[in-house]
Amino acid sequence: MKKSVFINGIGAVTTQGIWRSEFFSEARVLDHAINAAEQPAYKGFISPGAIRRMSRGIKMSMYAAQQALGESFVTIPDAIITGTGLGCSEDSDKFLRSLWENDEQFLTPTSFIQSTHNTVAAQIALQLSCKGYNVTHVNGASSFESALLDTLMLLQTGEEEHVLLGGVDEIAEQTYSFLQAGGYIKTGSVRETVKTSVSPGVNYAEGAHFFSMSAGRVASSYAEIIDVKLQNELEGSQMRSFLQDFLTTKDLHPEDIDAVILGYNGDENDDLFYDALWQELPLATPLYYKHLSGQYDSCSAFGLMVAAFVLKQQTVPSILYWNEKIPPNTTWKNILIYNQYKGKDHSLVVVRAC
Amino acid sequence: MTALKEELKRQIIEVLHLEDITPADIQDEEALFGEGLGLDSIDALELIVLMDKTYGIKLADPKKGRDIFQSIDTMVAYISEHRTK
Repeated sequence: MKKSVFINGIGAVTTQGIWRSEFFSEARVLDHAINAAEQPAYKGFISPGAIRRMSRGIKMSMYAAQQALGESFVTIPDAIITGTGLGCSEDSDKFLRSLWENDEQFLTPTSFIQSTHNTVAAQIALQLSCKGYNVTHVNGASSFESALLDTLMLLQTGEEEHVLLGGVDEIAEQTYSFLQAGGYIKTGSVRETVKTSVSPGVNYAEGAHFFSMSAGRVASSYAEIIDVKLQNELEGSQMRSFLQDFLTTKDLHPEDIDAVILGYNGDENDDLFYDALWQELPLATPLYYKHLSGQYDSCSAFGLMVAAFVLKQQTVPSILYWNEKIPPNTTWKNILIYNQYKGKDHSLVVVRAC
Repeated sequence: MTALKEELKRQIIEVLHLEDITPADIQDEEALFGEGLGLDSIDALELIVLMDKTYGIKLADPKKGRDIFQSIDTMVAYISEHRTK
């Protein structure tokens, strides 16, 4: 029999600051093309000797990981699983720039060592002396969901009891300028939000989000993860079967979904998919979050924080409603998170109150 | 010699990202590794690259590094004698 999987702790460093009880009530809507995460004070969290080599993504992750573990009173998890689209791109930028500027000579080791995608999970393991399963999933916009799937399999089968799950991506100046030149990111002078977006591209950002996941429920648990489904490509016409097949395997009907968290990002080609899924769930309250998080490959982890918060607090902060007409108070039991980017890397996650 | 010491200290701080440390905090005779400045093996690799890139000194024998990188004094003495840039 499969074990149930619970979110018992959350930690994050995002454009809205660190994870805290006022996280959503103090949130502001992003309107810049590139939005940096609000950095906490790292002294005291990370040793001075270690911090000097760390890029923002590593520092943010170290902080968020310790926050999540602290909240759940887990000292050393059995496994560390992260998802990232671009990995430690700041160090990749540095290393490649050094290659270019020095004619492939004088290559320094630090940025090379720290440029790999699995640096974050490895650094956390070193800090915690965690010698367990340590894996990083890199799969575009479903990197975090891939890590979540791995986490579910480990916990549901009883192979592990506690897993530290994370999603992280960082701003790297050169990489993001390429994305901007390619039209993925709005131009620097544009000031548009997800809802007022008319120009090409989306508002990009960075962030680290960690979840202390366990096979046991505790009094402070946020929510239970029911399941996750991934599909690389999907036509709009396949949306109904994509959703219904998933719900059926979980003995759920569309009317069982109280809220659907959609990844609207202001790009009309992306948003068409969210409209299509929402149409299949006419009774569900639509929520969104990329106006607060910005777009990056692992930003759907922010969506999971939204679901966890709503299910635990049984309230939806007004800034998360997609519609201006706010529905009457209700009981939030099942929340579906749908994410994709550029019509690829589709994922569905069902989260339930516990 | 004094100018070279100052220059080297600034370069070490920059290359090794020694936050909150100024050239005045690094004593000329202080050990760079272990008890002193607390540098480690990755820093040693960075210093080898620094010597090559800035002063044109290639350290072919890693065993020599142990003596050369003892302190600012030993590094400056070696650089003064062997620099090609």
